[in-house]
Amino acid sequence: MNETNAALLLVVDDDAPVRRFLRAGLTSEGYRLVEAVNGAEALAQAATRAPELVLLDLGLPDLDGFEVVRRLREWTEVPIVVLTARGQDEDKIRALDAGADDYVTKPFSMGELLARVRVALRHGARRDAGEDAGPVHVGELVVDLARRVVTVAGVEAHLTPIEYRLLALLARHAGRVLTHEQILRQVWGPGYATQHHYVRVYMAQLRAKLERDPSRPCWLVTEPGVGYRLREA
Amino acid sequence: MHDSRPDPDALLAHVRAGDGQAHRAQLKIFLGSCAGVGKTYAMLVEAHERRRAGIDVAIGVVETHGRSETQALTEGLELLPARTVEHRGVQVRDFNLDAALVRRPGLLVLDELAHTNAPGSRHRKRWQDVEELLAAGVDVHTTLNVQHVESLIDIVAQVTGVNVRETVPDSILDRANEIELVDLPPDDLLQRLREGKVYVPEQAGRAAQNFFRMGNLIALRELALRQTAQRVDAQMESYRRAAGIAELWAVRERVLVCIGEADRGLQLVRGARRIATALKAEWIVVHVETPGQVRESHAQRDALVDVMGLAEELGAETVMLTGLRVADELLHFARERHVSRIVLGKPRLPWGAWLPGSLVQRLMSAAGEVDVLVLAVRAGLVAPPRPAAPRGPVDWRSYAGTLPVIGGCTLLAFLMSGVFELANLVMIYLLGVTVVAVAFGRGPAILTAVLSVALFDFCFVPPRFQLNVAGTQYLVTFAVMLVVAVVIGTLTARTRDQARAARARERRTAALFHLSQEFAVARTVPRLVEVAIARVRDVSGARVALLLPGEHGVLAAAGGDSDLFAPADHEMGVAQWALDNAEPAGLGTDTLPASRALHLPLVASGIALGVLSLEPGEGAPLTDPDRMRLVQTFANQTAVALERAQLAGRAEAARVDAEAERARNALLSSVSHDLRTPLAVITGAATGLRDAGEAMPAETRRELADTIADEAMRLNRLVGELLDMTRLESGALVVRREWHSIPEIVGGVLERLERAAPGRHVALRAAAHLPLGCVDEVLVGQAVNNLVENALQLTDSAMPVEVAVGRDADAIVIDVLDRGPGLAPGEETRVFEKFYRGQGRRDRHGAGLGLTIARGIVEAHDGQLTASSRPGGGATFRIRLPIGGEPPPINREADDREDQVS
Repeated sequence: MNETNAALLLVVDDDAPVRRFLRAGLTSEGYRLVEAVNGAEALAQAATRAPELVLLDLGLPDLDGFEVVRRLREWTEVPIVVLTARGQDEDKIRALDAGADDYVTKPFSMGELLARVRVALRHGARRDAGEDAGPVHVGELVVDLARRVVTVAGVEAHLTPIEYRLLALLARHAGRVLTHEQILRQVWGPGYATQHHYVRVYMAQLRAKLERDPSRPCWLVTEPGVGYRLREA
Repeated sequence: MHDSRPDPDALLAHVRAGDGQAHRAQLKIFLGSCAGVGKTYAMLVEAHERRRAGIDVAIGVVETHGRSETQALTEGLELLPARTVEHRGVQVRDFNLDAALVRRPGLLVLDELAHTNAPGSRHRKRWQDVEELLAAGVDVHTTLNVQHVESLIDIVAQVTGVNVRETVPDSILDRANEIELVDLPPDDLLQRLREGKVYVPEQAGRAAQNFFRMGNLIALRELALRQTAQRVDAQMESYRRAAGIAELWAVRERVLVCIGEADRGLQLVRGARRIATALKAEWIVVHVETPGQVRESHAQRDALVDVMGLAEELGAETVMLTGLRVADELLHFARERHVSRIVLGKPRLPWGAWLPGSLVQRLMSAAGEVDVLVLAVRAGLVAPPRPAAPRGPVDWRSYAGTLPVIGGCTLLAFLMSGVFELANLVMIYLLGVTVVAVAFGRGPAILTAVLSVALFDFCFVPPRFQLNVAGTQYLVTFAVMLVVAVVIGTLTARTRDQARAARARERRTAALFHLSQEFAVARTVPRLVEVAIARVRDVSGARVALLLPGEHGVLAAAGGDSDLFAPADHEMGVAQWALDNAEPAGLGTDTLPASRALHLPLVASGIALGVLSLEPGEGAPLTDPDRMRLVQTFANQTAVALERAQLAGRAEAARVDAEAERARNALLSSVSHDLRTPLAVITGAATGLRDAGEAMPAETRRELADTIADEAMRLNRLVGELLDMTRLESGALVVRREWHSIPEIVGGVLERLERAAPGRHVALRAAAHLPLGCVDEVLVGQAVNNLVENALQLTDSAMPVEVAVGRDADAIVIDVLDRGPGLAPGEETRVFEKFYRGQGRRDRHGAGLGLTIARGIVEAHDGQLTASSRPGGGATFRIRLPIGGEPPPINREADDREDQVS
């Protein structure tokens, strides 16, 4: 973990107390921080300091948070984790669809935030390295993306092509939330972007094949109102 | 015409401003017997006195007629600017009502109450201006000559031979707080006249000279004195009544006045008023509509409406009756209303009253104890003769229709002529006449009779085929045929008229019935407006709009042909006037008659709630009194319905307010406590950490940090519940329905709960093959979450809590079952109330809103959430979510094979 802990994070929030406790929590974990209080400053800092991750509050005084995500995505793949308030599912979806990697709902515990930061940094690192890492291990579930083999507790699971594509997508983004629309576009194609029930039906099939108790899934987790996530161990 | 009308809004604001200090404005009339007695002089003298007493006096109009003494008296008094109106190229200066209303003096001096305003003024008559001034709270002093009093003009005409056209209704004299008689003996008056001190208009010089004859002056003076005396009498009486001075009253008289022909009705009404006043009796003016009158001309009907209007003005109750025979209907009504005297006009012909079957005869014979008074009324004395009623166009088709009948009769007679006698052939023709009379009426029947006799004579009476003019013996035949034609034709016509009258009545009744029925159903004001407009449009044939006052009482169109009012149109101002004064205005009224439309205020309980505006359409003038009565009735009904709706709305609003107030109080008391507790804990723990620093053992520091975190989460939950509740109550809750597996949603909730609170396991039982539900997964998840949390709080960790998902006939059922303390009787519904905390329900987690929110969410899904005691202890909370149809199909074409991974 040592190499990731030296990572440079850009924290964007107009609220000083929030920045203060983020600074306290994150620097004590060994991260280096750059701070910005509004969207314009965030864009400037992102361009000049080249952070490895952006923690972005959606409610900024000058620019819409989504606008910041969109402008960043025009030129950088840097992982973005947005901070949102409770009950704003549409905002989460919009941010994710605009290119954010993950979200954390306020109020959150430090542990929760750090977990999300670690996942996002790891994905960013992997993306930068261009490596398609070996098998993804999630508990007793192993998804070997190179060999296209899925095993549960060592037993190979038989999946249909769509089921596999769905699982592979989640595995490639293990730990990250994917919106219905993102899943539909990548698994079924852009023509299916609004057919949310497709995801649900196939997710149920996947759970039946992979989860120990399909009605209380441990790995293929629903993020209510937002999408799905393959939980990391 | 100069339009110097001030901004109506400003006017309105001004009028409103005065409402606060509203007192009942005083009217004083300086009454004289004729011009020149010194009314204006007396009025101005008093005006000066009032002004010296500190009252704000202004002069509206004073006619000094060039008299220097009077002119001198106007000095020192403020003279309001006059209104200049151009009328037929002549500049006419007239009283400026709007200026007076804006100026609002304490006392306004306004000469000549009987004056007729220049065309284009708001009111036709000055006394109407005075009424408006009084209504606005301005005291008015004015002058009046006795010959202008409405109920006296017949007498004045008899005495002086002058028909007075400018009249003032008696009601305004009754309204006056004070009447001062300005008296001058006729000798002195004539002396003044000779000295040239009395103004005599040049153009009417001679007539006026005739007018100022000794006899006239004495008679007029007597009239003025009597009028004043009567008033004193009435004041005395009301004083005695008010003072409680008992007096044995004779049985109260009630006078019934029957109006027959309208042109003499005006006189009859005035005469009857004198009688009624003398008897101190109530009086009722009736007109009996008989089927024959259905064919009356518009002019006759208008005249009738005028008469009835005058009667109302003079204080009578007016009633329209319908019946076959006037006498029967009158007597029936008289008995019903305990009338003591019936007054009617003397028939036109001197001997008409004594004809058997005349109204007078019938009344006299059947009146019993009721007195019948027959007044001598001279026709045409006041009212100019009305144009003769135009006859309906002759229907030539009905005359043409007689020809085939006659032809047929002749043919039949031909066939029979060799066999039957001539007398029998006549019978055939008689049959023809009967048929025509029944089918086409009197005129064609008479024609048939004439033609029949001629044809009969020509064709059958020897010598045949030539007219035997000398055939006198067939005169009898002709006479019989004629009588038959007239009798049957008349009977037919009468029957038809009766049927038509009945139909007209039926239509009116049906229209009214429909209206009241629709009003009964329509509950909201917009619906009422819609109904009223549709119905009024039906009966009037006019373009109709309904206006309701918005903020500050300013009218706005509520429905109908709102293009009737271009914005800032003159019509809108007229409608506003109608509303503010609760009087009809516009077309066909005395107020702003030059308007395009008629504006009827919708008055209920004395308050104008809106205005109904009618613009007559092509060929549908608003003059038909029948129709207008119906429109007026509709307007009244609409007003009552509006009032009802507004009252209901207000009561409902008050109830909602009270409820909201209660809820707010409960919320405040509960929330302030719930919010302060965690805040107190956090503040204490955080300051402890800060102040003690390193001195505090690490373990304690850790504990305090945990406490802060826990309490912050609790606070977060509380705020969340309050926000959810607000969203539910304000209707801002958005339900995003999608097809979901309900057990999956429930499973996700349980999974998250277990993660948050390890150690508590909640069992989930789900039936196999459950259908998908079309629900909002976040909301349903939250509802289930609240129920399970509630169950977990009530039970300790040893007690199992389980959730079962199944279905019944038409719904998916989610049961949350616990073995906690269960529900006390009555708690089944109360647990869902806001802030409810039952025994042992010290909800440490929320504000006591969790169950309320859960129920709100389920109901937003058209489902039900119920609570019941569970057999064997504990409680069951059951969510029923209706199964709404089938989910959309899934296209599996691309994915029909398994195991195609590599």
